[in-house]
Amino acid sequence: MTSAAPISSSAPADEALLAVRGLRVVFDGFVAIDGIDFQVNRGELRFLIGPNGAGKTTLVDVITGLTKPAAGSVTFAGTELVGRREHRIVRLGIGRTFQTATVFEELTVCENIDLAASFRLAVPALFRRRKGISDPVARVLETTQLTELADRKAGVLSHGQRQWLEIGMLLAQDPRLLLLDEPVAGMTKEERERTGELLQQIAEEHTVVVIEHDMEFLRRFARMVTVLHEGKVLMEGTVAEVQADPRVQEVYLGRKSEEGMAETPAGQLEAAP
Amino acid sequence: MSAPPVVDTTVAPPPPGGGWRGKLMTARAGWLGAFLVVLVVAALAPFFLGASYQLPLFTKYLCYAIIGVGIGLAWGQGGMLTLGQGLFVGLGGYAMGMYLKLHDAGPGKVPDFMNWSGVEKLPAFWEPFRSPVVALVAVIAAPIIVATLLGLLVFRQRVRGAYFAILTQALAAAFVILLVGQQGYTGGTNGLTNFSSFFGIDTYADNGRRELYYITAAVLLVIFLLLRLVVLSRFGRLLLAIRDGEDRVRFLGYDPTIIKTIAFAISAVTAAVGGALIVPVVGIINPGMLDIVPSIELVIAVAVGGRYSLIGAIVGAIVVNWAKSTFSDNYPSAWTYFQGALFIGVIAFLPRGLSGLFWSVRDNVPWLARRLGVWPPRRAPGADGAPPPEAGAVLIPGQGAAEAKEAV
Repeated sequence: MTSAAPISSSAPADEALLAVRGLRVVFDGFVAIDGIDFQVNRGELRFLIGPNGAGKTTLVDVITGLTKPAAGSVTFAGTELVGRREHRIVRLGIGRTFQTATVFEELTVCENIDLAASFRLAVPALFRRRKGISDPVARVLETTQLTELADRKAGVLSHGQRQWLEIGMLLAQDPRLLLLDEPVAGMTKEERERTGELLQQIAEEHTVVVIEHDMEFLRRFARMVTVLHEGKVLMEGTVAEVQADPRVQEVYLGRKSEEGMAETPAGQLEAAP
Repeated sequence: MSAPPVVDTTVAPPPPGGGWRGKLMTARAGWLGAFLVVLVVAALAPFFLGASYQLPLFTKYLCYAIIGVGIGLAWGQGGMLTLGQGLFVGLGGYAMGMYLKLHDAGPGKVPDFMNWSGVEKLPAFWEPFRSPVVALVAVIAAPIIVATLLGLLVFRQRVRGAYFAILTQALAAAFVILLVGQQGYTGGTNGLTNFSSFFGIDTYADNGRRELYYITAAVLLVIFLLLRLVVLSRFGRLLLAIRDGEDRVRFLGYDPTIIKTIAFAISAVTAAVGGALIVPVVGIINPGMLDIVPSIELVIAVAVGGRYSLIGAIVGAIVVNWAKSTFSDNYPSAWTYFQGALFIGVIAFLPRGLSGLFWSVRDNVPWLARRLGVWPPRRAPGADGAPPPEAGAVLIPGQGAAEAKEAV
């Protein structure tokens, strides 16, 4: 699509924390990402939306080193990420969460966060026993409101609490760029509300990219939105611009229907079958 | 409420937990007490066990326990099912055996079995083992080097699960074939045997056997305490995390390859130390002790004891090997079937082994006793510290906090 023109022209390159150029990902002949140019500037809170199969998670997978692209480059603060191993990319300052929160169920909430906070320790220092709760870990427990559950095993947490724990682990890593993959999927209304507030709080001091297609959540908390469709960038803009764009409505609903989209009751922008 | 305050101070509420008795009966004190009892029993064991037969047998079980506790770390904590620990047992055992052989042969001479094979000049790789220091260093260093090289190669390629298990097994088999094939250099199928002493200890005398027992027991104790520190450290937590979600750990910024390799190397060293101690205890090291079957038997013993617990691994190694000796003495052909049944039974009904059984008994006996009226019913909650809430009743702190804010 012609609308996938590079956005880089709108902002000077040195402001970009993350820059994706000409990215192409192919799985066994299936083109998951077909030439994406995408840029996130320092301090930005960016939402990434698009129907199933648009390539949102694949994009995050490429950035974090989980998937190798067929072509293109991903630079983070000027450093090329393609070809680096996952933990190296984390060590550069990129953290992510997963669609289904994966926490270590046999460890306590506190231990989960403590491990996330300790990766900069040299290996010999890991052999020391954790004594109490360190200040950064205590702060993260506070932020995610998990202090009371600190000594419980993560396996007993509810779905929403797991998501918060995962966000907490991400915060404990103290990354420069946070990538959140559908943090409110499957959450209750209250939990979504809380997560949104947590997100705003985090975005004050961090650069954040959120994959989300809960429309209500998007309207409340999103500023800039990038819409992906069939492995390409369909458009970029504010929530209002995105909602008003007929192409976006077409992509989501399969036909032009302005009201249909605005009034989807559950707020789900998921493509209708 | 109308009582004067003086009465209140004299009839002060009893300290939580029931005073000194409560303080003494904590879980920690219970473990410490059990640990001390085990130490005392272990220290007195030589006075009850026959020094000519029973004691060396028990010492051998302790050697297996040393190897087992290492398997517990690699498999139970790290998820690395190593079916070829015989390789490392052999590295330690042969390093020790070579030294003992040369010590017996005397300066400038070659060991007896080399004479029989017509090898008259000592091979170059044997020469350093005239020194006890080299032999002891080799017991530690050889398994570390082999396990580290293997680990870096294999774990980096993300080989795990059954593939890793088969690989370790194949290596143990290859090692055995190498030993058997080089009759003149390794003693072949017969291995190394006929040792007269171990660092000045007469291994055939009752006194020497007692000394060997104490040495082995002390080594087991030290290794257990060290590995316990490892398990309780951040490294141990990380190892557990890798076991349950290796790919997730990468996104925490750690390289699982390094962590797994270190854990694997630690388990290799413990196996080698156990192997080195077996040599003077049973008086022989041969390929049959290192082959796939004995390697798997070690893993079965750990599974029976409970692989997730280091104590379970030790108990399993002792109990299973004791059962093996006892049963195969009385019913030589039945043991194999019994061992198979034992393994299937444990996998099917006790996946956490004997230690898992212990915990479920401990958790359920008070409940059962109360149901049967043997123990008095539990006091009202909050009387002595709030009981831990049930697993299903986790509060969502956000909601609680929100309500609290509204109330204020």
